[in-house]
Amino acid sequence: MENLGLLFDFGLPLLILMIAYFIGSAIEKRHFANIRKREDDLHGFPVVSFDTMPDDWKVSSSNLVTGSIVISLDYFKRVIAGLRGLIGGRIKTYEPLLERARREALLRMTESAREQGYDAIFNVRLETSRLANATRDGKGTAGVEMLAFGTAVKFASRFG
Amino acid sequence: MNADSHHAIVISNTESIPGRKIVEFYGVVTGNTVRAKHVGRDIMAGLKNIVGGELRGYTELLQDSRNEATERMVEQAKSMGANAVVNVRFATSSISQGAAELFAYGTAVRVS
Repeated sequence: MENLGLLFDFGLPLLILMIAYFIGSAIEKRHFANIRKREDDLHGFPVVSFDTMPDDWKVSSSNLVTGSIVISLDYFKRVIAGLRGLIGGRIKTYEPLLERARREALLRMTESAREQGYDAIFNVRLETSRLANATRDGKGTAGVEMLAFGTAVKFASRFG
Repeated sequence: MNADSHHAIVISNTESIPGRKIVEFYGVVTGNTVRAKHVGRDIMAGLKNIVGGELRGYTELLQDSRNEATERMVEQAKSMGANAVVNVRFATSSISQGAAELFAYGTAVRVS
């Protein structure tokens, strides 16, 4: 009986942690493959962070475009980060999560600009904001939002 | 952001509208919205909380909210007689557990 209690106390969280890790890694891998594919599709679409346009861009119209994503800091990553917090150093589990969210936000912004018929985006800015904290008992959602925005332009005559 | 929803007004996060000249300044315009999360969305978010990844419900919620804040900013600019808003900035702040403020601001101008 005592062993069974022990199993529930430690075994169950450990099991959830392992499941979270494997499913989470699979999702991440698939997402990165998807991001790479879409980035290849957008190859040649100028997206720059200059605050003024290059001189050879002759522009006929412009508007603001945005792209965003909210991602969760999941259970597994929070546990690892919590352990890391004890000894300090790099928290590697968060790095790919934030990276893929940021690239996804940029992709959404760029795709939205292309759908609306724009030819390029400049003055691109990226913002990260934390939406809410998870509660101490691990419930609640810890979300982080990535926002990418910039000014999309249509060329009057491309590099004329 | 949908270009059709505020067709008369051009918005930009640069200090001028590319290819146009600013002829008049009207001052700072702002728009905000405070949103609470949705219980149904939070159940899905709870599942995602274990395996990680995108919280699609939240992405949409914030996107809608930001569009609304922008819309309000644009309305204010229109009422001043402006035809463009330049140097637009966004801010998000979590004001309590489960509620967030989305805020957009910029400078209303008239461009030639």
